[in-house]
Amino acid sequence: MEFLLAILIGLLYASGLYMMLRRSLVKLIIGLILLGNGANLLIFLLGRITKGKPPIIPEESYNFLDAYADPVPQALILTAIVISFGLQSFAIVLIKRAYKVVKTDDLDQMNSTDEFS
Amino acid sequence: MLLTLYKLMLIAILTGFLFSILLVVAGKYLKGKLAILSALVPLGLFVYFLQFSKRIANGEIISQTYEWVPSLGVNLGFTLDGISLIFTLMITGIGFLVFVYTAAYLKGHEYLDRFYGYLGIFMAAMLGVVLSDNIISLFVFWELTSISSFFLIGFNNKEEASRKSAILALAITGTGGLLLLAGVLILGNVAGTYSIAEMLSSKEVIADSAHYILIVLLIFGAAFTKSAQFPFHFWLPGAMKAPTPVSTYLHSATMVKAGVYLLMRFTPVLGSTELWNSTLIIVGATTMVYAAIHTIFRTDLKGILAYSTISALGILVFLIGLGTQDALLAACVFILVHALYKATLFLVTGIIDHETGTRDITALSGLRKVLLPVAIAGVLAAISNAGIPPSFGFLGKDLIYEATLHFGSSALILTVLAIVTNILLLYAGFLAGIKPFTGKLPAAFEKVHLPSFLMWLPPLILATLGIVIGVFPSIIQGALIQPAVTALGESGNEVQLKLWHGFNLILALSATTIGVGALLYFILKPSQKLEKGIAKLEFIAPQTIVEKFGVGFGKFSRFTTGIIQNGYLRYYVSVIILFLVLLTGYTLIQNTKYVIDYDSFSALTVYEVLTVLVMIVGILFTVFTKSRLAAVAAMGVVGLAISLIFVYYSAPDLAMTQFSIDTLTVILFVLVLYRLPKYLNFSDYKVRIKDGVLSLVFGALITVLALEVLSEPQGSQITDYYAENAYILAKGKNVVNVILVDFRGIDTFMEIAVLTIAAIGVFSLLKLRLTSKNRR
Repeated sequence: MEFLLAILIGLLYASGLYMMLRRSLVKLIIGLILLGNGANLLIFLLGRITKGKPPIIPEESYNFLDAYADPVPQALILTAIVISFGLQSFAIVLIKRAYKVVKTDDLDQMNSTDEFS
Repeated sequence: MLLTLYKLMLIAILTGFLFSILLVVAGKYLKGKLAILSALVPLGLFVYFLQFSKRIANGEIISQTYEWVPSLGVNLGFTLDGISLIFTLMITGIGFLVFVYTAAYLKGHEYLDRFYGYLGIFMAAMLGVVLSDNIISLFVFWELTSISSFFLIGFNNKEEASRKSAILALAITGTGGLLLLAGVLILGNVAGTYSIAEMLSSKEVIADSAHYILIVLLIFGAAFTKSAQFPFHFWLPGAMKAPTPVSTYLHSATMVKAGVYLLMRFTPVLGSTELWNSTLIIVGATTMVYAAIHTIFRTDLKGILAYSTISALGILVFLIGLGTQDALLAACVFILVHALYKATLFLVTGIIDHETGTRDITALSGLRKVLLPVAIAGVLAAISNAGIPPSFGFLGKDLIYEATLHFGSSALILTVLAIVTNILLLYAGFLAGIKPFTGKLPAAFEKVHLPSFLMWLPPLILATLGIVIGVFPSIIQGALIQPAVTALGESGNEVQLKLWHGFNLILALSATTIGVGALLYFILKPSQKLEKGIAKLEFIAPQTIVEKFGVGFGKFSRFTTGIIQNGYLRYYVSVIILFLVLLTGYTLIQNTKYVIDYDSFSALTVYEVLTVLVMIVGILFTVFTKSRLAAVAAMGVVGLAISLIFVYYSAPDLAMTQFSIDTLTVILFVLVLYRLPKYLNFSDYKVRIKDGVLSLVFGALITVLALEVLSEPQGSQITDYYAENAYILAKGKNVVNVILVDFRGIDTFMEIAVLTIAAIGVFSLLKLRLTSKNRR
């Protein structure tokens, strides 16, 4: 499964980058989201994946008795997901706003700071 | 307390800066009649430095050191010896007269306070240069003089020519500053100290070091640019665009002398080598003759004076190059001679310009009838400049001839060069000091009236000094000249300044100079024709070459900037990724083991494979679909599939978060979708293939990287710590949650703050209504 996941992560990165290289602003954000998902999965995979053993200490015990999934990458990814949501929501609303002013979705027509107020 | 402060040279140097800072606040009060008060600053400093003269005359050297950046060996060390004293008295003394003169010259000017501010900074910086013992602080002050002179030259900043000259001057002297920085760093490194006084003892070490030539050339570069030596001389005539007090102060008496000062200061450390002497003689001689010839072709009074200044600076460099005791003595004397008569001539020119509105020498004559005191000053200065006895200039010229005559084998040619230069300088001095006042007064100038005494007194004082010192050279002999010559490392014979040496060869040479010069003055009349003639040669002038280089360099910069900063996001991203792929890829190819241990991987199950397949389809669909809605939906599918993977591999919290966030994102996207324009493909297929290849290579790189990391053993003490202490310390059983809200609680708190900011941003973007004024 690790092998499959590694390829999947590569695919997520590739598609994310490809979308970011498009001229459309919407595609840029979709690309960003795909790239972010890829990064999250990469961290998850590199923390080693364990099946069926969530990092939760069993009832009536103070400690793990068994093997358990690594909680540190999970905590990291959780933070990353939430932060990237902040970024995405802001970016999405920003596109909407930018379109209202500039009337285009084409990045090439947005590379001047002076023309639009 | 006050008494100790009074003794500190640091305070004296800082006074000028403090004065300028004060003007920022109090400037508007100074513009009126109080402007004259500002002259108290240089006057006070003049008196302050004058009181050291007795101690200096007794052979004392006053030095004070303050730690500045001791860890780098940079101290604010100040030394007042013979050379420094001459320069400080010149800077503050002429400074005082210029400050007084300015009060009348720029009376009622809108930016008079600003002008005084720049002058104050300049004066302080100049004092810093000539008093610094530490070469790093010398460099700092050196740069400050360049910068403050930039503002002074460009003071009439509404005129294009003025701005251009200022930039040119800054470019040339600034380049010199960079060379100086390089020079002093290498020198400090070789000598093992940044103090000039300490370098004196390691003269041999420096001369024998492999970097000696480089050090000397760098120092020369700095001195030649600052002191307007050929071929860097051209910024100085341009700098005449500045108001006349600036030309007087900076471009005759002080700033251009900084280069000469630098050469003098380093003579005991770096001098007495073939490289040092020959280069200075050649450059100095070229400059003095070249610039002296140029004065014939000028009709603008300031232009004539500018070239004669360059020529005089050439003489000084030449004398330092000769390096004999005679020559160094002549240099010390000539600095003073030149400062006195050149400042006078500039001030006189300023008055003429101010009162008649022209500086064209062909139009000016007979002004003695209306500007008598000015005429007296002008004639006295011209006499000193010509070296007619009993002026101070006579003394100076005698010493120059004495130095060249006693210079071994090449005495003849050097003396001839000196005579030619002096004849032409005499001609220039007569033009500036005598020509405007003799002859008939044109009708147009009959209404010209004498300006306030604040303007004509300063040149008169300077010109009179030029005669008085000539008659009584003992005034300065022991107090100034002897200590200066001693500081230059020539402690041999005692200096004797005498007006009358008896009938000898030198007197004959002097007489020849005066005779031929005077003859030249009567025969050769300045005319526009001559000036136009020389303008034809402009295309090979160093100035043209430098300006063309500047234009070409600007074009080159715009060209490269246009390529690198093209304004297209995707090119920036492409370049970043390309370099990442190349660099990381290269390292990976070098070091990868290419062994994948499939046994360590967990086994596949059907539902996992299905999930991955769903994701792959989702990704491909997101990328290739023509519908924006479909793309967003497919992206949502990918996100949900990821949360499934989190579920399979023991991350319930992640699964929940991913699920809700993904859903929210899709909803938000769909909400704003209907407002957006059509989902277009802007690029053609070639671009897409290129981008596709780059993306795939990038993705492959990440995959290989991931597999490579997986083949390494993993170990984490942090994980063990959290696992052991989650319940014991934090009383929580879900370790992920414990980490987030307890162990890393502050981080989470910050994250909440970030989200809040994003939320505020989203809210305001949605609510923002552009007013009609802001909307196009």
